[in-house]
Amino acid sequence: MDTPARQTAIENVRAKAGSDRSSIAAACGQRATVRKRKPNVAVLAVQGAFVEHERRLEQLGCDCTELRHGADLARPFDGLVLPGGESTAQAKLLRDLGMLEPLRTRIASGMPTLGTCAGLILLAERVTADVSTPSLAGSMQDGTASEAAAEGSMTRGAFGTMPITVRRNAYGRQLGSFRTLAPFGDEGEPPCVVAMTFIRAPRIESVRDGTRTLAVVDDVPVAVQAGNQIGCAFHPELEDSNVVYERFLALVEGVRTAD
Amino acid sequence: MHSTDNETATAAPVHKAHGNRVVLNRQLAQMLKGGVIMDVTTPEQARIAEAAGACAVMALERIPADIRAAGGVSRMSDPSMIKGIQEAVSIPVMAKCRIGHFVEAQVLEAIEIDYIDESEVLSPADDVYHIDKTRFAVPFVCGARDLGEALRRIAEGATMIRTKGEPGTGDVVQAVRHMRRMQAEMRAIASMRDDELFEEAKRLQVPYDLVRHVHEHGALPVVNFAAGGVATPADAALMMQLGAEGVFVGSGIFKSGDPARRAAAIVQAVANYDDAQLIADLSEDLGEAMVGVNEQEIALLMAERGK
Repeated sequence: MDTPARQTAIENVRAKAGSDRSSIAAACGQRATVRKRKPNVAVLAVQGAFVEHERRLEQLGCDCTELRHGADLARPFDGLVLPGGESTAQAKLLRDLGMLEPLRTRIASGMPTLGTCAGLILLAERVTADVSTPSLAGSMQDGTASEAAAEGSMTRGAFGTMPITVRRNAYGRQLGSFRTLAPFGDEGEPPCVVAMTFIRAPRIESVRDGTRTLAVVDDVPVAVQAGNQIGCAFHPELEDSNVVYERFLALVEGVRTAD
Repeated sequence: MHSTDNETATAAPVHKAHGNRVVLNRQLAQMLKGGVIMDVTTPEQARIAEAAGACAVMALERIPADIRAAGGVSRMSDPSMIKGIQEAVSIPVMAKCRIGHFVEAQVLEAIEIDYIDESEVLSPADDVYHIDKTRFAVPFVCGARDLGEALRRIAEGATMIRTKGEPGTGDVVQAVRHMRRMQAEMRAIASMRDDELFEEAKRLQVPYDLVRHVHEHGALPVVNFAAGGVATPADAALMMQLGAEGVFVGSGIFKSGDPARRAAAIVQAVANYDDAQLIADLSEDLGEAMVGVNEQEIALLMAERGK
């Protein structure tokens, strides 16, 4: 339930995001005219909320390429977005439509990649089974129960390129979905509070090997970065803030400049 | 902030819905887009559906073709059967309640179902009133034959719409009719003058604000799936090309010869609904499709329930 103070805070964030957007779009547009070609971002478009990502990326001055089957991989793109949706459905389609291995190779070799919710699960090196009942969710506070559950049902994410462990549906069923505000960014950067929507979200249970935590909610990491891969348990495509996209597009720009 | 929301979610959520839930519930439907939601009657079928790439399953005791064959009153499924399916899969689980039966809906909310289908497939419990879905924290999907029905359900709190089609027939003609009608009505409203919208709201018997939304966006404020009679990959792709954002497949999968294969083929056809070559490949050697009955041959038109 929202307090008036929180509502005001959310509205302030929204207002700021709204005013930022036009200037960023303009900046991206300028870059594009200098470089002649806009950044081209591929969006996995087999299932889920991919249109929402495309709209946002286009507002920020990008061209988008929809990846629906293997042949689409022949088209040039500078970055990759893995949208929210159902990760089991997406993983199955990635495999059946001949995109899994070629994309994994590109991500592993440094293609800037943004994975949100289901996309985060696809990226995770380790995925533990979801918690299907509230009683089980309660017992997860107990370390031994959590470890025992994790031991029993560990799998690899479809790409498995990010050194993190996530637990599917760890916040519960749809009744556990929620929206909140939290700071986003690297340590040492000025804090930027953004609204975050979690829908049947995965929980990041551990991060390894130099993976940085970009945001924390209730002591649990909800956004992480490992090399050129950014993963969010929440849905930046459903909010007005551009902060997550800016970080991703900076990686895209970095790779383009290096080329 | 987070914990407050969680308390709302876990402690008796009935009658505590608030503004945020409507948005969150519409957003869950957004995550289902481009996907296939499959009717299942056992945990085993649910696992087959999940492995085939379903983005959600609909748990029910009898699929519509069998409800049709059995006759009599059909009701909400046994909660223990639904729980068995919830434990079997990690994708969202939906279940049906009867039109107007808000206590069946309360029961489904109590077992933390992810989406309730207030469905004409079951026998209606109320021949006048639908459920006031704004009083629930869990989301509802409802069937519609035209834009008026769709917007009335949205006004009542539905956060996802599907065509009614004619369930349990394997005949796609009604789903096509309903989707074409809805899309045509939305195109008409999008091209109206502002001052014509008031009369249109009156004609459709829906709130003016919703007509205004359709006018400005050319689309419903919620996700719109196809349902009722989809039996083949080509049927599913047809509905997507007509403007559906995803597809429900009820009897079409587990009434067919090779459910796992047909399910996977329909999932791929929905993801690549514009790719005729791929759909041709997917349609090969699928085994027996469900037998199907023509709309002229059936005594009971489920789509006539709940307007």
